[in-house]
Amino acid sequence: MTYLSAIGSYSIMVKEVFKKPTKWPIMKSLILKEIDELIFNSLGIIVFISLFIGGVVTIQTALNLENPLIPVSLIGFAPRQSVILEFAPTFTSIIMAGKVGSYITSSIGTMRVTEQIDALEVMGVNSLNYLVFPKIIAMLLYPFAVAIAMYMGILGGWMAGVWGNFTSSADFIEGLQLDFDPYHITYSFIKTLVFAFVIATVPSYHGYFMKGGALDVGKASTTSFVWTSVVIIILNFILTQLLLG
Amino acid sequence: MITVTNLHKWFGEDHILKGISTTFEKGKTSLVIGQSGSGKTVFMKCLLGLITPEEGTIDYDGKIYSELSSDQKRNLRQEMGMVFQGSALFDSMTVEGNVMFPLNMFTQQSNSEKEDRVNFVLNRVNLIDANHKYPAELSGGMQKRVAIARAIVMNPKYLFCDEPNSGLDPNTAIIIDNLIQEITQEYDIITVINSHDMNSVMEIGEKIVFLQNGSKAWEGTKEDIFKTDNEAVTRFVYSSELFKKVRQMYVEERT
Repeated sequence: MTYLSAIGSYSIMVKEVFKKPTKWPIMKSLILKEIDELIFNSLGIIVFISLFIGGVVTIQTALNLENPLIPVSLIGFAPRQSVILEFAPTFTSIIMAGKVGSYITSSIGTMRVTEQIDALEVMGVNSLNYLVFPKIIAMLLYPFAVAIAMYMGILGGWMAGVWGNFTSSADFIEGLQLDFDPYHITYSFIKTLVFAFVIATVPSYHGYFMKGGALDVGKASTTSFVWTSVVIIILNFILTQLLLG
Repeated sequence: MITVTNLHKWFGEDHILKGISTTFEKGKTSLVIGQSGSGKTVFMKCLLGLITPEEGTIDYDGKIYSELSSDQKRNLRQEMGMVFQGSALFDSMTVEGNVMFPLNMFTQQSNSEKEDRVNFVLNRVNLIDANHKYPAELSGGMQKRVAIARAIVMNPKYLFCDEPNSGLDPNTAIIIDNLIQEITQEYDIITVINSHDMNSVMEIGEKIVFLQNGSKAWEGTKEDIFKTDNEAVTRFVYSSELFKKVRQMYVEERT
């Protein structure tokens, strides 16, 4: 019952976000600020994680290739598939749920605790539009961050494979091009856009409707991370069935 | 005039407001007093439209809040100014940004017009040379002044203050109280203040509404409060030794 009530409140919140828009000049500056905070400030960690994940997948594939009948180019094929299909969109989104999600929950939650949201409402501002809408729009750029994650993951695989003497550069690139299906990129970006919406709205919900004091802001951030991750994993399963099944 | 009629509010099983009826007049500072948990904050949040009462009406100069559409409610809220207990200033904005915020949101004024208006209200609350400071760099009293400046920058018809001098030293508290009263008279607005500070009651209580366990137990003026026989009011008002002595002197003087 509690879950149903939470889903209902979340749906109403999302509807309210798109009502009574804030004046464009103000909204524009809010969106630019959020792009900086949510996307650009996350690129460092995305690049770092993707490089190493790509490298690890390559090394593990190479170390498990014992059968001489399996072509060495598989060392390039495996990281391409795993990075494009799963690691870049899903794994990065889980990381973003932690980094960006807890920032969103704690910043909105602190505004709730210190009555800043009440202040917005009393002034006649649609606080949900003012606070959440710029985050949703900023997160529309998230697929670009995931594209960078894909590139860096594959680059990390190449670096680990070639510099670690597991494969030659030519074999790795042959593996990268083997049976390439561009639809996998489309599938990945569709997932990413859905996850972007989840990362912007679920933590906002937890921050906006939190009750209590400073300690509860921390608890709300943790709860928000857990639920954002759960929703991403469930949606990942559903979208994979729908788009690839 | 704000007319509150038979206001009821429940939170689950808890009956928080029990049929409160009262009026708040133009140009007067009205104080809602009562012990912690008496329902003052819920009452004020109902007045502001932040909480919806289950029963009763709130009439703002002929506009009954519960009968307005959501757009009309938002428009009405633009005629309200609110000073929150903790000031509720936006941390990420400077003093100037905070005070200019409502102007940016709801007016088409040029930057210079907005700056002039901001400087005017900041001068009005005696806050000079603080335009570019952030809330964290200000004292509690200065934060309250910024909150008052933000509340009056749009020339509101209704000003609400939730414990405006909580956490302030007695001198600063009196300065803030007097400032609110001056602004009320100067702009001829309706001011409602939540307080449990008896100094405020004696200083600016042109109308006092006493709440007890969610009901209106008494109402009157600061002069009436000395004469009342209402036990709950006298117990609340004269809980400190200082006020007990003040009352004793008053009674002796009268006899």
